[in-house]
Amino acid sequence: MTLARRGLVRGGLSLGALTLLAGCDLSDHDEVQSVLAKFSAWNDKVQAALFGQQRLAPTFPEAMAVKDFRYNAWYGPEKAPRLNPADYRLQLAGRIDNKKPWTVDELYALPQTSQITRHVCVEGWSMIGKWSGTPLRTFLERIGADTTARYVGFECADGYYEGIDMPTALHPQTLMAFRLSDDILPAKYGYPFKVRIPTKLGFKNPKFVTAIYVTDRQPRGYWTDRGYNWFSGI
Amino acid sequence: MTPMLDEQIHPLARRIAHWVMALSILVMIGSGWRIYNASPIFDFRFPEWLTLGGDVEMALARHGDPGVATAIAWHFAAMWLLAASYIVFMLWGILSGHFWCDFLPVGPRSVARDMVAALTFRLEHRLGEYNAVQKAAYLGALTVVAVMIVSGVAVWKPVQSYPLEVLFGGFQGARLVHFVGMAGIVLFLFVHVALTLLVPRTLLAMVVGRATAPRHAAVSEDAR
Repeated sequence: MTLARRGLVRGGLSLGALTLLAGCDLSDHDEVQSVLAKFSAWNDKVQAALFGQQRLAPTFPEAMAVKDFRYNAWYGPEKAPRLNPADYRLQLAGRIDNKKPWTVDELYALPQTSQITRHVCVEGWSMIGKWSGTPLRTFLERIGADTTARYVGFECADGYYEGIDMPTALHPQTLMAFRLSDDILPAKYGYPFKVRIPTKLGFKNPKFVTAIYVTDRQPRGYWTDRGYNWFSGI
Repeated sequence: MTPMLDEQIHPLARRIAHWVMALSILVMIGSGWRIYNASPIFDFRFPEWLTLGGDVEMALARHGDPGVATAIAWHFAAMWLLAASYIVFMLWGILSGHFWCDFLPVGPRSVARDMVAALTFRLEHRLGEYNAVQKAAYLGALTVVAVMIVSGVAVWKPVQSYPLEVLFGGFQGARLVHFVGMAGIVLFLFVHVALTLLVPRTLLAMVVGRATAPRHAAVSEDAR
């Protein structure tokens, strides 16, 4: 057997052995998960430091906004909650002066702005859309929220829950979005509003929000409880 | 009279940086493939058993998520190891003179000459000395790792580092570059590991720090 051929056979066998490494995936061990969680907490801090409170997400020409926006949830669009404006009330809690619940009409009467920004999913796909609504900052000021608190949390009609850091909540592009592509937000996209945050991954943009609270305790999140990074800024 | 010896020496810092980089790159590739599978760019997925992120069925049953969360956690943990070991490896390589002495000079003509020699199995391996193909491969791989780090930041932080994304021709462009770079590194790994096994003493040097072979005999010794 020539050297070359012997080497290639040996190399081939070793590469085969290397791929067996894939078999010893340690991911499901508790110790490994806890180490990964520590890195994830460290990454929260790094991302908070990287976040520029006045740095704007890129905006795009209106022609690039997708009209038929991708639906995304762990259930089909037919199961999306259909909230009735007659009995919908946005509940407020935590460090807020005026906790009077808000009706849809009251929300929709707030001053509004539009943005054409890119939604980036944690899975890797992205899509540009046009959203219109009230800056969350305006709403927080209107209800007398303590903006020195650290977090803002959200509860949703489909059992979803999320929370963000206060700097992101006060970011000029963080919206309570009432409209998508100029139309009142359809049920499957989160009627009566979704929180649109172009500086966060898509899953940090909760839909059908039914309660907002202001707190110093880090709110949990539906997907962060399932192992995704908490800050998830982009 | 003692026979002339070829010698390969890897100082401790280089060895540690090499192996931490190797481990973190394997973790980045395995977890990256699982992340890729969540939203493939091309019309194929990597076999799940080759990816890193735990038992898919179990994760689906518990979380409604095919282990992508764990894969991302791996990816964003190993990135720190990779960046740290890469910086140590590069700084050490540049400051110690290792890169200047061993990787340069290298030009297209010498690479072509040695590539032909290698493919016809006529290239001699001399322990401690790199031929032009090796030089080009090492410089290329180290450059691609830098591209992976930069394109990775562009994909991770497309808002905070928006100018980077523009450099890659947009968010999808950055994803594509990140994918192509991965393919380049996988190709390098296959060749690198295969050639190491062809001349196992090089592996010895990278593990214990030093290996010797009778001059010009590293190949023919194996062939006997």
